Amino acid sequence: MITEAKVYTALEDVKDPEIPVISVVDLGVIHNVEIADNERVTVEMTPTFAGCPAIDAMKSDIYRAMQEQLDLPKERVTVNVLYNQVWTTNKITERGRVILKGFGLSPPPEFDGMLTLEVLQNAVCPNCNSNNTFMMSTFGPTACRAIHHCNNCKETFEQFKPL
Amino acid sequence: MNFDAIKELLYRLADDDLIMGHRNSEWTGLGPILEEDIAFSSMAQDAVGHAQAYYIILHQLLQEPAPDTIAFARHHSEFRSCHLVEHPIGGYAFSLVRHALYDTAKSIRLEALSNSSFRPLSNLAQKIGREQRYHQLHAETWLRQLGNSTQEAKTRLQNGLNEAYPLAFSLFEPTLYHDAMVDTGLQISEAELEAQWMEKVQALVLASGLQLPEIEDKTVAYGGRYGKHTAFLPPMLEEMTEVFVIDPQATW
Repeated sequence: MITEAKVYTALEDVKDPEIPVISVVDLGVIHNVEIADNERVTVEMTPTFAGCPAIDAMKSDIYRAMQEQLDLPKERVTVNVLYNQVWTTNKITERGRVILKGFGLSPPPEFDGMLTLEVLQNAVCPNCNSNNTFMMSTFGPTACRAIHHCNNCKETFEQFKPL
Repeated sequence: MNFDAIKELLYRLADDDLIMGHRNSEWTGLGPILEEDIAFSSMAQDAVGHAQAYYIILHQLLQEPAPDTIAFARHHSEFRSCHLVEHPIGGYAFSLVRHALYDTAKSIRLEALSNSSFRPLSNLAQKIGREQRYHQLHAETWLRQLGNSTQEAKTRLQNGLNEAYPLAFSLFEPTLYHDAMVDTGLQISEAELEAQWMEKVQALVLASGLQLPEIEDKTVAYGGRYGKHTAFLPPMLEEMTEVFVIDPQATW
């Protein structure tokens, strides 16, 4: 019996290829899971940044996870990428934030409504937890990361950009 | 719903982003400092992704060809991009000023499109609009800092502005179905967008210690929205499509 819970558990095995410690579930990109007749699964996901090149890899990893963990062949799985859903970093789970920090990436601050300049420029150092940091570059090694520097421990670090 | 107007709008939005993205990607490996190399490469990646998202709407909802086919298999006369984005990257100053002019316009346009009567477009504009804040922040930070630094930087930026500014009005060239587009609430008028853009650009240029050149004729760089392009576009497309053309059926 395929249940939504089983599908989500299987999806926890699918990691972001650019940050291979966080799953698509903790990243908050799984929009919806539907099961029909106990044999067909439809997964709806939203890209983080619209130009994220990892989307296709995540898609094929989802097919692989469904096959390996639920014995569902590709013909019975549909993965839809939705561009009409706004993904925001507020959708990253609490567990996801802890994982990001452990990976050395400053988790994006949670924010209400507007993505203000203040939100964009403030990052907490993942090494010493200081707020005394400054943004060095709005763009980093991947579309979703910015480069900041910590005045307290003098380390330069990457942040998962708030979006 | 006026589908001709919707298609025209999506094509011009997407083509601007695709061509601008490709041009900015030409800085990869050449940026004056590592951070700027990365910034232009990242902005290029975002812009090409935005173009793809528009092409996906065209394909999935409006029966146009597949996104890759649209991007790589059209003749240059079928592109609806404006002249501003077609020009070669030139020096860093020109590219930086062009990026500021382009992304300021794009931010304003996306905000307006967030209220478009075509829901798939308004949803997408809201999504892309959030990413756009980083592009805007990048442009404004660098323009202000360099414009207020050395005389050489100022001179270079001013030259870049003198060159890019007259071309930038091509961003607001009304398309064939412009009036229908406005009447059906797809987008506010180009004149209105241009006025909002002028206001923001004037403030940014002032804050950067630069001067806007006098413009006699805003239409000098018009034509792109009707498929009439500069001589720069065909060779750029030839390079961009080189790999695709070898084997259009190849899977990646």
